[in-house]
Amino acid sequence: MARISDRRIEHLLRRAGFGARPDELELYSEMSVAQAVDALLNYDRIVDDVDTFIAKPGFVNTTIRGQFLPQSNIIDARQRWLFRMVHSDRPLQEKMTLFWHNHFATGYTKIAGALGAAEATRYLAAKSSEDRGKVRGQVEMLREKALGNFRDILIDIAKDAAMLVWLDGRTNTKAKPQENFAREIMELFTMGVGTFTEADVYAGARVFSGWNLARPGVPADGSLHYEFVYNAGQHDTATKTFSFPIYADGNKTIPARTAADGMQDGIDLIDALAASPATARYLAAKLYRFFVSELGAVNVTFVERIASVYLQSRYDMKTVMREVLLSPEFWDQNAYFARYSWPVEFVVRALKDIGWTGFSVNDALTPLSNMGQILYEPPDVAGWDAGQAWFSTGAMLARMNFASTLAGNQKFNLATAVKVGNAARTPEALLSYFVAALVTAPLDGGVRSEWSTYLRATGAWTGSDAQLQAKASGLVHLIAGSPEYQLV
Amino acid sequence: MKVTRRQFVKGGVAAFTVTFAAPEFLSDVARAQGSRTRNLVVLYLSGGNDALSMVIPYNDPFYTSRRPAIAVPAGQVLQIGTDSSRVALGLHPRLTGLKQIFDQGRLALIQRTGYDNQSRSHFLGTDIWSTADPDNPQALGWVGRYLDSLPSPVDPLIGWNTTASLPHVLQARTAVPAIASAAGYSFSSPNVGDEAAAERATALRIASHVPVDRPELAFVYGSSQAAMATLDRVASVATYRPSPAYPNTGFAQALQAVAGAISKSIGTRVFYVTTGGFDTHSAQNVNTAGGAYYNLMATLNDGLIAFYTDLKNQGLLEDTLVLSFSEFGRRISENGSQGTDHGAASVMMAMGGRVNGGLYGTAPDLNPDPKNPTLENNAGDVRYETDFRSVYAQVLEGWLATDSTKLLGGNFRKSGLEFI
Repeated sequence: MARISDRRIEHLLRRAGFGARPDELELYSEMSVAQAVDALLNYDRIVDDVDTFIAKPGFVNTTIRGQFLPQSNIIDARQRWLFRMVHSDRPLQEKMTLFWHNHFATGYTKIAGALGAAEATRYLAAKSSEDRGKVRGQVEMLREKALGNFRDILIDIAKDAAMLVWLDGRTNTKAKPQENFAREIMELFTMGVGTFTEADVYAGARVFSGWNLARPGVPADGSLHYEFVYNAGQHDTATKTFSFPIYADGNKTIPARTAADGMQDGIDLIDALAASPATARYLAAKLYRFFVSELGAVNVTFVERIASVYLQSRYDMKTVMREVLLSPEFWDQNAYFARYSWPVEFVVRALKDIGWTGFSVNDALTPLSNMGQILYEPPDVAGWDAGQAWFSTGAMLARMNFASTLAGNQKFNLATAVKVGNAARTPEALLSYFVAALVTAPLDGGVRSEWSTYLRATGAWTGSDAQLQAKASGLVHLIAGSPEYQLV
Repeated sequence: MKVTRRQFVKGGVAAFTVTFAAPEFLSDVARAQGSRTRNLVVLYLSGGNDALSMVIPYNDPFYTSRRPAIAVPAGQVLQIGTDSSRVALGLHPRLTGLKQIFDQGRLALIQRTGYDNQSRSHFLGTDIWSTADPDNPQALGWVGRYLDSLPSPVDPLIGWNTTASLPHVLQARTAVPAIASAAGYSFSSPNVGDEAAAERATALRIASHVPVDRPELAFVYGSSQAAMATLDRVASVATYRPSPAYPNTGFAQALQAVAGAISKSIGTRVFYVTTGGFDTHSAQNVNTAGGAYYNLMATLNDGLIAFYTDLKNQGLLEDTLVLSFSEFGRRISENGSQGTDHGAASVMMAMGGRVNGGLYGTAPDLNPDPKNPTLENNAGDVRYETDFRSVYAQVLEGWLATDSTKLLGGNFRKSGLEFI
């Protein structure tokens, strides 16, 4: 656990990843900031083999019930994602996937209610390589396109089987247009609330009429599956007029088309939404909150600059994220520890900081739920209510209690690490060791001396194994459960 | 997006300078002598409740013609009489418990509640209902503002939110604990005995810090402090054994915790509970056993009747007012998916031992004539008749005995709305 500490690299990895394992810290600390950003962005140069290490020694455990089936069992899907967050060598890919999962927030329960539990997991989390019908679940699509083109992501989302169930697009027909997806693609996925009218919602519903689901494949070999189909017979072919421009020349009307050509309506609308300056600013503000700072108002200069990079790059998220991670706002001293960690950020960072050997990510799932975050189960299509809303008393207790569970689980390893690190001699040595290992926001005055008092509270210092295990785990519990550790 | 909601409340540090004086427990003796408390339970039906399927104008011909697949047949509704516009109304067939409460005069149904230019967005809509402030939907919650208006020091258990995260309606300078389960609300330790006690004592001492000039950190300290200060009292609620038993739904279990807190007199005055799934865009199945909306009604009914009966058995019904809201009602005409899309005005419920039950306001006329004054959006949606803030005003004044004009930023009092 002894670590080389470069506070800039730590900041970068807290934001562009989920904190740093000792090996990550070692790797990135040899780079300049520019090199580190470059390495994080160009993750496609790093082989994506993290899943092959599941259930291998040296990695965080998973709990396997019979078979490990992340493509059909939602618990296993959650375990796999947490495993990746801990062990992936492509941290920014995982972080962006989480960002998009929150952005296109699609919840398991509604889909399971419609299609059943195994199918719901499949359309959210299956990799096409492990599915007999080549189904690529929504979050796998988002992972694949994590730094891709936003317009392409929107097209894929509009055709995504889970989304077509979640926002009812599968039932959108010309006789009875379904407004749900049309509303949310404008309100939550692109331009933001207040940028469109009720008439736009009606028109949008008609645009996407016929964007439904088909079910090809055969049951016998497991290839039967749902996939997007453009159902020409169910498309409303009449013109659709919006309150905002659809075409570059300012034209607000999607022309009448034949039913056969009608799918172009949806492409035209998505193109317009992707190209909208409102979308550019909306995304930029969300990126600011997720990557830069949650303190005070959103920085307007940042938003304008990132929005223009978004538009100039024709919606290329890699270009946008390079600008975000190299921005002066990101590196401002006031941006350090200026975010409230999301529950998964907290849990994964704690595992990276405290240790994982002998711990199963399965045992983080209930605590995460108590902290207010269940992967693949955002509370609604607006995603999680982040920031201060994560810190209700119950959720704070859940964080403190997870710190306790993990520290207890790692008791032996922690004591061993202290001895190896030559920090067992005095309470002060032990304290210095752990304060360096678990990086927090600057401590409030007096906290460190309270911890020191704790180490001396129950008897003379002997440095015995029993004492080291008790005090190391107790102290790690207090540090990881402290308010300062919750900020990232 | 709710980005600006994440900004820090003004007043930062001072907001969390809470003194943890032990609350005055209301003794059984005092209660027996007639000393009463007044508890408010705010109930959020999340997703936009289809009021027309809950309080049904079953004789309106357009109810059936505009909802051919999902209308409940007139013969199956639970009739509750006619309102002042002589529209015959019936409760959803599954609301048998609410029908009993209605018949006992302890359930008020306030029809067509909403506001001008009602938002059809779940998120903006919820913000507006939570703040009672359509012009500034990022303000603190209306119930939160009430808590902030109480004389300090405010007991850290003055409010009890039964969900995992803080709902906007309770956002306040006063920290409101989130206690989803009283049994799980405890402080654990990797050690036992003296070591565990030393950890807890350290955590308690540290939590009492108030970081200066660091509102973001002070906020987390505030949560930590409120958690530590409320552990023991909440633990006492975990031992509550109600009679009758509550159903095994999250909603009913939350109500059981509320009843436990009221019964054990731990000092809490404002509770928040929610039940979700009301965003019924498709397969609404209003009147099919096991159907989506039918199940919503079952959850709502069975939870509320258990709560009502429990409190009644304990003589605590007169201390309690339940007030429900939802972000919007739904469109009048069903869509092609046998569901309904986002609409406008809805129905609010008030339930409790001192409620003057009955029907308030008038039902919409569902005639799709664009000039129909009870509808809006080309007769697509129900137009509001009673501003929802008038209902809040009645609760603030009639139940919480406080000046509503201050908390609501205007005079929303309305005569004929004396349901409490």
